[in-house]
Amino acid sequence: MSHSLLEARAIGKNFGGVTALRDVSLTIKQGEIYGLIGPNGAGKTTFFNVLTGLYHPDGGEIVFAGETLQASAPHKVAKRGIARTFQNIRLFANMTAMENVMVGRHARTHAGVLGAVLHDRRTVNEEAAIRQRAEELLHYVNIADRADDLARNLSYGDQRRLEIARALATEPKLLALDEPAAGMNGAETGDLRELIEGIRKDGITVLLIEHDVKLVMGLCDRVAVLDYGEKICEDIPSVVQNDPKVIEAYLGGSLA
Amino acid sequence: MDIFIQQIINGLILGSIYALVALGYTMVYGIMGLINFAHGEVVMIGAMVALSVIKLLENSGLPVFLLLLFGLAAAALVCMAVGFTIERIAYRPLRRAPRLAPLITAIGVSIVLQNLAMLIWGRNYHAFPPILPTTSMTIFGATITSLQVAIVLIAALMMIGLMILINRTRLGRAMRATSENPSIAQLMGVNINQIISFTFVIGSALAAVAGLMVSANYSIAHYYMGFMLGLKAFTAAVLGGIGNIAGAMLGGILLGLIESLGAGYIGDLTGGFLGSHYQDIFAFFVLIGVLVFRPSGLIGEKVSERA
Repeated sequence: MSHSLLEARAIGKNFGGVTALRDVSLTIKQGEIYGLIGPNGAGKTTFFNVLTGLYHPDGGEIVFAGETLQASAPHKVAKRGIARTFQNIRLFANMTAMENVMVGRHARTHAGVLGAVLHDRRTVNEEAAIRQRAEELLHYVNIADRADDLARNLSYGDQRRLEIARALATEPKLLALDEPAAGMNGAETGDLRELIEGIRKDGITVLLIEHDVKLVMGLCDRVAVLDYGEKICEDIPSVVQNDPKVIEAYLGGSLA
Repeated sequence: MDIFIQQIINGLILGSIYALVALGYTMVYGIMGLINFAHGEVVMIGAMVALSVIKLLENSGLPVFLLLLFGLAAAALVCMAVGFTIERIAYRPLRRAPRLAPLITAIGVSIVLQNLAMLIWGRNYHAFPPILPTTSMTIFGATITSLQVAIVLIAALMMIGLMILINRTRLGRAMRATSENPSIAQLMGVNINQIISFTFVIGSALAAVAGLMVSANYSIAHYYMGFMLGLKAFTAAVLGGIGNIAGAMLGGILLGLIESLGAGYIGDLTGGFLGSHYQDIFAFFVLIGVLVFRPSGLIGEKVSERA
């Protein structure tokens, strides 16, 4: 439980003259739900993008499961075991829900050109396994009845669930969720909370960016707070909630 | 009535070839938003290589079927290598460049390939060796040769195979995912460089088949043949909706029919003022018409302002 899965060491990232991340270091332990919060523009999503290889950090390094992640291509990051969802949902809109999850299996399957042409037994079996796993995952996130609908025709909440199913299909060690509760009503958020707890129970470490403070504080084992690209606090929720720096960051200081 | 049926049949043959070539344009566009204007030259190279190999083996006593098969295999291998190389050295370095740069590069690649072909095969027309059976049959008063039947059947089989590949396999899913959103596809473990190379290779293989078909059907090949053919196949892809696989097939067949019927009747319609050698104008009327009235094509998605 206590050994670290991901260690970010002094991550820095600039866009032109704007510093999005400055010396951000944090450690996520195996099996925990780790919250990352902060006001808008604090650098949370940038951190996610660095983590998943979409951006190259300007400084620092990320060690994941004992190996450094720096400068590796995004498709390799997936194979190493990091999956994510997006704040603004990014599904393959013109593919069915089922196909979206099946694409998620890509990182863990192998059939190539030869298999596609020859259609040999191994390829056929693998394809069947991909389909079966995708079905299971659609059940897991409770949208199995929408399997054959195009992703863009799913309701907002279902799209969020589909994105989580697709991320799970890559068999991640770390699942990074970028504001999964955004735009959800109370009941949907409750379901989401159960889903995330279930995912953790299955042994997957969760990194959660979220604005819904109640959800983060209720769900996370530990929380880090970013403000203007710097980590200002990292602790268990009850401590973070009462940290004067955090209150100042969120409320502008005047009420602190 | 006989003329009508004959032109429909001719149109289907021509259309099958256009469709195979159009698929190459549309797949590359679908994956990376690039119009690969060098694709027509790949067809030409396929025709030239197939023709050379068949000529070489002509007197070896091999059955015609094997001659064609060897010619096709050689053409496919060379075209796949050419397609792969074009992407690697000409387009990949420009992946993040403004849209116009790869477009101009494509035209440049097209000129380079044409001139290379001229150096290798000379400026003369090459006649297809007279090995093909000349048996033909008559349907409703129209004539069709066994070669032409084979062209239509093989084109149909290749298109069915491509549809299965794209819709039913892991590789095809990765291609569609890359086409919708490359950076997200990468996060699913898809190596998009591999997928793009693969797309060029498949498109080039189809081009090789089309090249052999054209040279066999018209009994001739020439280093410049890829230009007009490429332009027409591009028109077919635009007509169907560029980026859309089924659209390229539909557009190809439709364009073949339009051209063929147009050529058959243009003499009558203009009182003999224009003859069937004006066949080419139909393709470009179609291109202009589609671009003006329905830029997204018959069954295409709405396209954004890509060059």
